[in-house]
Amino acid sequence: MRKILLALPAGALLAILFFASFLTTEHEESDLSLLKEKYSQKYTPPVKHLEFEILQKPFASPQEVTAACISCHNLRHLEVMKSNHWNWEREEYIQGRGVVYIGKHNVLNNFCIGVRGNEPKCAKCHIGYGSTTDGLAIESAKNVDCLVCHDNTETYVKADEQGGAPEKSLNLNLIAQSVGRPTRANCGICHFYGGGGNNVKHGDLESALFEPTKALDVHMGTDGSNLSCVDCHTTKEHNISGKMYSLSSMNHNRVTCDQCHGETPHDKDILNEHTLKVACQTCHIPIYAKEHATKIYWDWSTAGKLKNGEPYEEEDSLGNHTYLSIKGSFVWQKNLQPEYFWFNGTASHYISGDVISDTSKPVVLNELHGSYRDPASKIIPVKRHRALQPYDPVTKLLIQPKLFSTRKGDGAFWQEFDFQKAAAAGMKALNLPFSGTVSFIHTDMYWPINHMVSSKEESVTCKECHTRKNGRLAALTDFYMPGRDYSKVVDFGGSSLLLLTLLGVLAHGSLRIISAFRNRK
Amino acid sequence: MKKEVYVYKSFERFWHWMQAILIFFLAFTGFEIHGSLTFFGFENAVRYHNFASYFFMVLIVFAIFWHFTTGEWRQYLPSFENIKAQMDYYIFGIFKNAPHPTKKSVLSKLNPLQKLIYFGLKILVIPTVVSSGLFYMFYRYPQRHEIDSLNIESLALIAIVHTLGAFLLVAFLIAHVYLITTGATLTANLKAMLTGYEELEDDEALEH
Repeated sequence: MRKILLALPAGALLAILFFASFLTTEHEESDLSLLKEKYSQKYTPPVKHLEFEILQKPFASPQEVTAACISCHNLRHLEVMKSNHWNWEREEYIQGRGVVYIGKHNVLNNFCIGVRGNEPKCAKCHIGYGSTTDGLAIESAKNVDCLVCHDNTETYVKADEQGGAPEKSLNLNLIAQSVGRPTRANCGICHFYGGGGNNVKHGDLESALFEPTKALDVHMGTDGSNLSCVDCHTTKEHNISGKMYSLSSMNHNRVTCDQCHGETPHDKDILNEHTLKVACQTCHIPIYAKEHATKIYWDWSTAGKLKNGEPYEEEDSLGNHTYLSIKGSFVWQKNLQPEYFWFNGTASHYISGDVISDTSKPVVLNELHGSYRDPASKIIPVKRHRALQPYDPVTKLLIQPKLFSTRKGDGAFWQEFDFQKAAAAGMKALNLPFSGTVSFIHTDMYWPINHMVSSKEESVTCKECHTRKNGRLAALTDFYMPGRDYSKVVDFGGSSLLLLTLLGVLAHGSLRIISAFRNRK
Repeated sequence: MKKEVYVYKSFERFWHWMQAILIFFLAFTGFEIHGSLTFFGFENAVRYHNFASYFFMVLIVFAIFWHFTTGEWRQYLPSFENIKAQMDYYIFGIFKNAPHPTKKSVLSKLNPLQKLIYFGLKILVIPTVVSSGLFYMFYRYPQRHEIDSLNIESLALIAIVHTLGAFLLVAFLIAHVYLITTGATLTANLKAMLTGYEELEDDEALEH
């Protein structure tokens, strides 16, 4: 009987360990296999464009291709012309600011700073033709570039500095006959190279995603589910879902993980509970810029140095530019751990002409809104891009320099390497004042990280956040997190109590031993 | 004259040792979650801690039932009689081989200090730890639109109260383990809690 009694508690303890481990053994979720099945079905186009007569005739210009497309798809171009891809502008409501029309023409970034005045160059990534500084090209339907998104030959490419026109050498018939659903190549040709080179801007969108492995992105891996961009960025009437908060402000038309996976995709309840406050990306994208480095710092103040009167460039061991006379100095990094922010889906932006109220700290160009106490907020991973960029210390405005021109004489920095002239020309294009003085100011820009999702085995582990020091969420201090936070008073008082108790019993015990010897004598 | 008396009944002993193991295990895993030590790993510590807490609560329910049905709960009613004498015994008497100031019997197993401390544990510390633990487990972050169960702005107060209770319990555990050795002999108390039998003064012990 005695033995049984002792065995019971010991057995119970073993049972705790056993059941606690056993009950939460992971199973392959049936939802996940359904998803895999759904997306493994190959897409077959409903028609063969190859056989259409209208696509056989020689095209003298890309606009003629557009006209041919519209002759059948006779309303689609109107959808395109309503889209953000076309207008580079959208109506947004910003808290404290009201309704504003923002886009590439009036929102500044801390890469090449601004579009206005540089249109012929920037339009390499516009889905239209004929862009000039007057901005009139977007009025005309014939300038819609159907091919850049629908080419399936993977040969279509826009020419440099031609206002969005394709390379002259292309076989437009072949391309027009190939059209179909946009592939990774169509989206990537612009979105992987934003900011003037591979992975410069996003950090999680780069050329390695053309043919990624599962290890790089668990969804897009060609050795895995092989998803293309539009599988998640679902599209209706040419309005593509999903957006970047470098330019967007409102919480709608977003792409979310739970549109496929639901809000509680885990076996373990404790993980599902996390989804109330933690975005999927936070745990499932432990690192970004896995393959190629991304730009994390851009110093405009060093731009303009010349060797023998000529601009030059310097590279690091990985072949990334560390200095360009036309742009300044850069810092690149790969395999980066994101920074973390509360985010409720809304953001505000520095818009051309905004006066900087506090010039002593970095200007945040796109502030992400959110906090622990805001029920709509979740913690998201973010790439922070820092820069030192030109501003006018008198008017306290960020300067948007004119960078591009085909010739000397109109102030373009990339021709004349003179910030004074470039600032004057750039600010004039924006109809904003310029005092004549160019100074430099630190700016921060936030790029939420959504791609390069890792497998669940590589997800962030509990301990990486729930830890006393240097956890991933160390910067988010507006809430209590078990394992990280504690009350200094209670911990100090409690530890002291334990220590005193221990010392007390040791002292008492020692005295008893000593007195026992004495009493024996 | 001394006589072997059956002091601790089977359930009492089972409850005692089960509780001892659970409190130790909960403290160990709890302080790992708290960030004070590393052994099972954070995730496992949370899982084991939560699981053990259910065992602990079930045990408490059984113990309460047992104490009330047997009337044993009266053992814990604090009395201030002899409390000075008991303190004097631990501070002076124990070093001079003085006799225990209070006689242990089946009807009065606990000395006045024990009564006070155990009463405090049962009325204050354990309820605090258990209820804060329940809040900890069933609290939900503020949510949109609906209140799912408990919507609490911040975990801080709950967690800190829970931690405070844990410190008190561990301090009790240390003192308790030491005080086991202060029985009639060094191992008399331990033996009694293992076997149920203890040598008590015959004149005080009652037959049953």
